[in-house]
Amino acid sequence: MSFSYAQDLFPLTAAVLAALVCGILGNFLVLRRLSLMGDAISHSVLPGLVVAFLIAGSRSTGAMLVGATLAGIATVALVELVKRLGRVEPGAAMGVVFSILFATGVLLIERASVRQVDLDADCVLHGQLETLAWYDAPATLAGVLDMQTLAAVPVQITTLAATLMLVVICTVVLFKELRLAAFDGALSTSLGFHAGALHVVLMVLVAIATVASFEAVGSILVIAMLICPAATARLLTDRLGTQIAVSVGVAIASAVGGYVGATLVPGVFGLDSVNAAGSMTVVAGGLLLAAAVLSPSRGVLAAGLRRRQVAKRVLVDDMLAALYRQRERGEQGVPIARLQSILAPRPVNPAIASTAREGLVERAGDDIALTATGEQAAAAVIRSHRLWETYLVEEAGLASDHVHTTAAQLEHVGINPPIDAARDPHGKPVPRAAAEDSTRPGR
Amino acid sequence: MIDAPLASLGQVVDQWPTVAEVIAVLTLRSGFNTTVVTIGTTLFGLAAGVIGVFALLRKRAMVTDALSHATLPGIGLAFVIAVALGETGKSLPILLLGAAVTAAVGAACLQAILRYTRLHEDAAIGIVLSVGFGAGIVVLSYVQANMPAGAAGLKGFIYGQTAAMGARDAVFMGVTAVISILIVVAMLKELSLVSFNDAFARVGGIRVGLVDFGVMVLVVVVTVAGLQAVGLLLVVAMLIIPPVAARFWTERLWLMVVLAGVIGGMSGYLGASVSALLPRKPAGAVSVLLAGAIFALSLLFAPARGVIAAAVRRVRLRIQIAADHALESAFESRDAESDLAVVLQRVAAQRGWPRWLTPIIRSALRRRGFAHGSGAAILITGAGLERGAEVCRNHALWTQYLVGYADVATNHVDWSVDQVEHVLSGQLIAELEGELIAKGIAVPRVPA
Repeated sequence: MSFSYAQDLFPLTAAVLAALVCGILGNFLVLRRLSLMGDAISHSVLPGLVVAFLIAGSRSTGAMLVGATLAGIATVALVELVKRLGRVEPGAAMGVVFSILFATGVLLIERASVRQVDLDADCVLHGQLETLAWYDAPATLAGVLDMQTLAAVPVQITTLAATLMLVVICTVVLFKELRLAAFDGALSTSLGFHAGALHVVLMVLVAIATVASFEAVGSILVIAMLICPAATARLLTDRLGTQIAVSVGVAIASAVGGYVGATLVPGVFGLDSVNAAGSMTVVAGGLLLAAAVLSPSRGVLAAGLRRRQVAKRVLVDDMLAALYRQRERGEQGVPIARLQSILAPRPVNPAIASTAREGLVERAGDDIALTATGEQAAAAVIRSHRLWETYLVEEAGLASDHVHTTAAQLEHVGINPPIDAARDPHGKPVPRAAAEDSTRPGR
Repeated sequence: MIDAPLASLGQVVDQWPTVAEVIAVLTLRSGFNTTVVTIGTTLFGLAAGVIGVFALLRKRAMVTDALSHATLPGIGLAFVIAVALGETGKSLPILLLGAAVTAAVGAACLQAILRYTRLHEDAAIGIVLSVGFGAGIVVLSYVQANMPAGAAGLKGFIYGQTAAMGARDAVFMGVTAVISILIVVAMLKELSLVSFNDAFARVGGIRVGLVDFGVMVLVVVVTVAGLQAVGLLLVVAMLIIPPVAARFWTERLWLMVVLAGVIGGMSGYLGASVSALLPRKPAGAVSVLLAGAIFALSLLFAPARGVIAAAVRRVRLRIQIAADHALESAFESRDAESDLAVVLQRVAAQRGWPRWLTPIIRSALRRRGFAHGSGAAILITGAGLERGAEVCRNHALWTQYLVGYADVATNHVDWSVDQVEHVLSGQLIAELEGELIAKGIAVPRVPA
């Protein structure tokens, strides 16, 4: 199977538009810790849809949109009400409200299904992307781009495109206010941008986005797109503008990747295609996982590497310091076994290998001794340690037998305290600063 | 006719059951299957209510939603694997085992997101919920497209399917529920400590992480047990709504557990009964709506934390404060002015009272013996003036405390004093006097 305009153009367009609408708004939800509001709204639009359908008598998009938006706003209001009046914890208030509304919707649908109407909870959950096929589509790109074909564009897509425009305009116009409210609601209110009012605007936008999207893609994809792209972007950057841009990219990638994965890949194995909306959420989850693991600034992998580097540097510092202290006692070389017992449980061999490579230590049989450069580096560590001990005793008022552990941590930070002394609190000499720090390894 | 379809809702004439049928179902005498299903659903409601209490108190209410959504891929995968291994794939224990496995994976993912990324709990819950459910839908659509024979049964887990429940399924559900409840009862001491003060529990030697883990295991077990009865989208409602409703009635944990169990059990029992009596009434949705109705009643009418009780208390306090203001003002105008009408007129003007408040205050004062007489000749009594003196002294005492002891600037105290002077208890007044004397600050005397 390969891409065909008839089969794939409209579903893919609808999916990308829905992903964009939800992905952009999601940035503000995730930052304001309101992610689950999207979940609540998309569950509780169900009764609104059914009632709108029953009143309008058809699945006209306009009526459905009004009904569902009203239901969405009612959800937000009810959650606030239960939270304030009942002093119920926010999460629980949300759970109570949306599950009651959802149950109402399920009952109403059961009731309406007697009339054999084409409305079931399934398509609310996972949409009907597949039904957007364009049966008399032109076979070529030129044909598709012909103005006449615009008439064939299904109403779901035009609705989504209009919603996307609305969301983009609101985001651009209110960017400053939304950003402020997202990070510091109280400051925003005190500067005159009422955080509560912005909250309402955001919630109404989420309700509209949910409603515009769900008919094409289903509520489960709406929830996923409100949260996953923004969360992914949040792991990759600290700037809101960049975050929104990244989330847009992730949303598009999830929609396209999920669609290809659902329709084209199973075909290769001779299987029927699987549900596209579900597959898009899985791709979105996969991208999030990739970001969590691989993000250069905050990924699990990068953090692990950084931790290892720090651990290695600390080990080298400690080993040099141990050699220096032995030399102070008159020992030129230290047997590897002794060194290992001093630094246990950390394995000392990698540190010996790397410092030997850098010319900081030299081996003589089983003994390790500092070279001239090694002695300078070790002296810098010892100087830092003993200055910190002095500082902690003299300036921070700690007892002299309580400072070693803290100093042993601070000596690796690479900053010396604003104090100078010839001897530390235990009477040991503080090495003079040779060209301070510049000779220490790893900096 | 635009409103024809809406009207058609009314035209859907359900076959109303006869009274005898209703009684038969409610007294569990309408056939073995119906009875077992009703008992099973009741026990499930009971267990969900009891365990939900601890999910709620540990602020994990919405976590249960994520876990219940994460069961879906497990159900689908268990079916696929069972079929691949030559089983029928209809075996309930296998499907539920799959559900429990992916729910546990979901819980682990949730913990991992919180531990290793900077995302907050709301985002983590939403991610597990949507990706888990999306994966489930993918698996279900695969089953539907490639092994159509089994697909129909699997969808029932989303919305629940009491009608299709067999006696063995119901027994399984009931037994699971009873075991979960027994575990909670056995662990009640540890659970209550952790729920109210986890730091204290930790100091007391309780492994809080283990208890939380246990609660989540029980949540998964109950969720899985309830999948058939109410469906995975509404299991969360049975876990959250009964405890939230019970919370309005009591401040005691064991009572809250009992109440939540009763509310959940009643909802399950009536839901299953209605579902058995009427066509097209899924037991899950009916149970949730019944629990929701109990929640709404509790929210409004509960005496301890209900909205109406709180409003009454607030109005009473406001009246008391206004009456105090009047008495204080009467006392302060030293020329023994005891004509209540004059006093009320002055205080109303000073404090900006709405018109309707004055008559209410007048009758409140008379009722409490602070005023007597009627009409134009209504006077403040000695007791009223004494109360005025007391309020006056409380005001002075609190002012002295704030200025002398709490280092609040003199010109900043009056507003907060005005709030507090009415609610000082005898014990607090004695304490204040003690503090002031200890600090060598003059204690205001009772004004003569």
